[in-house]
Amino acid sequence: MVGSDIGWMLMSTALVLLMTPALGFFYAGLVRSKNSLNTLMMSVVSMGFVGLAWALLGYSLAFAPEVAGIGGIDHALLRGVGLEAKGTIPHLLFMAFQGTFAIITTALISGAIVERMRFPAYVAFITAWSLLVYAPVAHWVWGGGWLGRLGALDFAGGTVVHITAGTAAFVAAVILGPRKDYARQALVPHSVPLTVLGAGLLWFGWFGFNGGSALAANGQAALAFVNTMFAPAATLVVWTILDMMRTAKATAVGIATAIVVGLVAVTPAAGYVSPLGAMAIGALAAFPSYLAVLVRARTRLDDSLDVVAAHGVGGVVGALLTGVLAQRSWGSPADGLLFGNPSQLGIQALAVVVVIAFTAAVTTGILLLVKVVSPIRAALRHEGIGLDVSEHGEEAYGHSEGAVLVLPEMRAAMTVAPLAPAFGAQGDKA
Amino acid sequence: MKLVVAIIRPECLTAVLEGLFQADVRGLTITRAQGHGGETEHVETYRGTTVKMALAEKVRLEIGVSDHFVEPTIATILAAARTGEVGDGKVFVLPVERVYRIRTGEHDQAAVTPVQESAAGTPGE
Repeated sequence: MVGSDIGWMLMSTALVLLMTPALGFFYAGLVRSKNSLNTLMMSVVSMGFVGLAWALLGYSLAFAPEVAGIGGIDHALLRGVGLEAKGTIPHLLFMAFQGTFAIITTALISGAIVERMRFPAYVAFITAWSLLVYAPVAHWVWGGGWLGRLGALDFAGGTVVHITAGTAAFVAAVILGPRKDYARQALVPHSVPLTVLGAGLLWFGWFGFNGGSALAANGQAALAFVNTMFAPAATLVVWTILDMMRTAKATAVGIATAIVVGLVAVTPAAGYVSPLGAMAIGALAAFPSYLAVLVRARTRLDDSLDVVAAHGVGGVVGALLTGVLAQRSWGSPADGLLFGNPSQLGIQALAVVVVIAFTAAVTTGILLLVKVVSPIRAALRHEGIGLDVSEHGEEAYGHSEGAVLVLPEMRAAMTVAPLAPAFGAQGDKA
Repeated sequence: MKLVVAIIRPECLTAVLEGLFQADVRGLTITRAQGHGGETEHVETYRGTTVKMALAEKVRLEIGVSDHFVEPTIATILAAARTGEVGDGKVFVLPVERVYRIRTGEHDQAAVTPVQESAAGTPGE
């Protein structure tokens, strides 16, 4: 084992974990204030439920020796995952680093279903999804599975993380249906500064996401790190110019979105392409995602925070451009189309199509199953008062005026107990 | 006694307050408000969503004054809050039935007279 590698991977693991609350802030700023805590919670809760599911079972399904096309259960309950070397770092650290990816991937999906999904149903959904979609795909690409053996290139998770999340977001938005006010009222962000702060923290954490995916403190890590800096820079510039051309104004939400799109697009390529290649990926990725954001808003698809446009479209563009711009001379296992290996683009396209189809099918199954057990959609009146109060009994920006302290002796005499059951009991079948 | 209610642009508030203090009008309350005064709505864009903001930020002043302060108060607001553009706001002058000063129980004329002048007054009258 190598001390510097261990040090960098410890730090990278913490950096990637930070991305999940960062995503929570990015998303929370974009919703109405009455749903901001609920939106933040949808990301943060993943660190617990998906984190635990990963350690107990998910890691094994992704990285244990293959059984029937996915990882077996040899590493379930962390059996055989100790301080022995995995590459040049402790196996346990490798498991934790990979766990932070599972956590953020499930949290990404929440952007498509904010302001209307019941919280318990959401938690059940993402926990199951991390085991039934994320872990198998991670196995196929990184755990020794068939896509990896076929030669599909995915340095840090363009396919495993972003295409799966983008596809699941599309499916979830369709199954849940649009918010009651969607396309009827102006639904505008309640705190753009929160969104920009979240985007900044996401970028910071992404240095661990991409840089750490080298699994060592080496030249490839440095390449991935630098590409993580300059690809989003290129996206930001192009996005801002597009904004200026369309509305004559550069927007803060636009810049925050551009940063995420650029980071998504460079993720599969980060350790495989030249810095100029990364800038090209960042710049090119701006166009389809920008268009997707505009088009989506004119449809009935209430992918509320544009997860499909940012992560789905951005992920596909990144995966395909990796097949174009990858270079052996920069450490890639295979050259891309531009460097004399056109078949790589075909492999990338195959991986994209297969992962989209698998994710769509299994996500649909999970959501329909959850729906059988309990309603997935919040009652209309809860949507009206906001999910912060109805789901959590809290307010993001509460003020104490009018808050009367409930003393223990009064609590016993209270006939109307917590808000949610009282509201829910009044025949909300909607 | 009158209650002067003025709806003005927030960016004019400082000038209005300075003018009122110079005119010795000292008792007032302000509230942030939103309103529509026929001005052009501004447009905001959030990703693919374009919205027209139909309500503009305004400040609402409420000033209870004794009769001889009514005209100076109105004149000050008209002068300080006017930009000449649509959306400068309104001034309403309302009759007041009764006024009480909570601290002393003084009412009517005494209750809207600045403190230093009525300090010697009899509480409860």
